[in-house]
Amino acid sequence: MWDDYLFPHSVKEALDMLEARGADVRIIAGGTDLALQRQGGRNPATVMVDITRISGLERIEERDGYIHVGARVTHAQVAASPLIRSRAGVLAEACGSVGGPQIRNVGTLVGNVVNALPAADGAIGLTALDAQAEVAERTGRRWTPISDLYAGVGRCTVDSCQAMITQLRFKALGDGEGDAFERLAKRKALILPILNAAVVVGVDGGAVKSARIAIGPVATKPFVATDAAEWLIGQAPDAAAAANAAKLAAQTAEPRYSLLRGSAEYRKSMVEVLVRRALTRALALASGEGGGHADS
Amino acid sequence: MPTLEMILNGKEVSVEVEPGDLLAHVLREKLGLIGTKISCGEGECGSCTVLVDGFTVTSCIYPAMKAHGREVTTIEGLAKGSQLHPIQQAFVDVTAPQCGYCIPGMVMSAKALLDENPHPTQEEIRMGISGNICRCTGYYQIVEAIELAAQRMAEEGGAP
Repeated sequence: MWDDYLFPHSVKEALDMLEARGADVRIIAGGTDLALQRQGGRNPATVMVDITRISGLERIEERDGYIHVGARVTHAQVAASPLIRSRAGVLAEACGSVGGPQIRNVGTLVGNVVNALPAADGAIGLTALDAQAEVAERTGRRWTPISDLYAGVGRCTVDSCQAMITQLRFKALGDGEGDAFERLAKRKALILPILNAAVVVGVDGGAVKSARIAIGPVATKPFVATDAAEWLIGQAPDAAAAANAAKLAAQTAEPRYSLLRGSAEYRKSMVEVLVRRALTRALALASGEGGGHADS
Repeated sequence: MPTLEMILNGKEVSVEVEPGDLLAHVLREKLGLIGTKISCGEGECGSCTVLVDGFTVTSCIYPAMKAHGREVTTIEGLAKGSQLHPIQQAFVDVTAPQCGYCIPGMVMSAKALLDENPHPTQEEIRMGISGNICRCTGYYQIVEAIELAAQRMAEEGGAP
C-alpha cells in the first residue's frame, strides 16, 4: 500500500521530496503502468510524488527547430496535437495506437519511455525521431539521447526514486522529409503489438539523404536498424529501395519466440513487411507525393 | 488519512481516503456509487470508465487522489431524476445490454465521444468505445444505440 500521495508544484520541489523521503518514494505521472506494477507486487515504493500538477510540464511547443513535449503530456494529447500531427506525424500515429482511449487520456509519453519496454509504441516513434530527454537531478539538468535511457527490459537509467525526465525534444520535420508508423497486433485496440516500426526519411534531389528506422520489440530496447538505413542513403526513393532496405532490416532484427506474439520466424518475416510499408509511405511523403508530410 | 475533495456528479464531495486508494474503490465502497463496475481490475476492459474533467479514465487503476479538485462524472450523474440521459434511453430502446456489466462504462465512453463529436461516423463510434470490452453482444446494438442517441440529441438541440 501507499503511505503518502504528494503533489509538488515545481520540479525542484519534486526532487526535494525524493531526497527527503528516501528509497521508498518515487515519481508518478499517469500511473497506468505503476498501478499494475503495484498490484503485481513489482513496485515497492510507498510514497508517490505526482508530477501532473507541475506548471510548465504540460506543454507541446516548437522552439529552436525542436518540438518539446513536457512530462505531463498524455498519449491522447500527442495524438491530437496539430503541431505533432503536421511536423512529426509518426509520433502522433504511434501514440494513437497505445492502449485504448482511457489509457491514452492518462498515460504520458515520458512514462512510455521511463517504463523502458522495447514494445512501447511511443518510444518507438521517438526513437525514429532520434529524440532526446531532459533529465532533472539534484545536480542540475542535462539532455540525453533516449537510446541511452535503456538499461534492460523495463529498466530505465533514470531512477524515478532519485530523478525525473521533465521533457522530450526532437527535430520538427520539414520539406523533403517523411515519416510513418506501422503496427501489427491481434486486435486494433487495447493490445500489445506483435511488432511495430517507425521510420523517418529525408529525400533531396531524387535521392535518399537521411533515414532512421526503429523497430520493436525485437531486442531489449527499441531497435535501430542502422545497416538498412545506411544502405538507403543515396538510393532513389522508390518501391525497390523500400523493399531492399526492409529486407536488410529484417536480417538484423532478432525477434524472439513469444507465446504472446508468435514465432521468431513469423515475426522476422513480418518485420520486413512492416518496415517496407512504413518506408513506402514515408518516402512518398518525403518526395512530395500525397501532399507532403503535413497531411500525414 | 488524506481528504479527497472533488465535484462528483455536480456536487462537492469530501471523503477520507487512503493514499493508495483507487478511484473505483472510493466511488463504490466509500460513496456507494456502485454503477461503476470493476471487472478486470487492470485498466483493460473499460467497465470502470468514469469521466474526470470530461475525459474518460479507467477508475480501477486511477489513483483516487488524482481526482482531487477535479470534476468526476459517473453513470449515476447522467439521468435527471427519473428521466434517463438520451444515451441511456437509446441503449434501452435498442436493447443494447445483455448481461449489462459493461454498459455503464460503454455509456460513459459514449458520453465523452458525443460531447466532443456530436455527429460521429460508425468508425468513430467504434474507436470511441475501443477501450470498452463487451463479451455478450458483438457490439452491433451498442454502436446502433450511440448512433440513435446522437441523432436524438441533435434533434433536441443537444442534451448536456
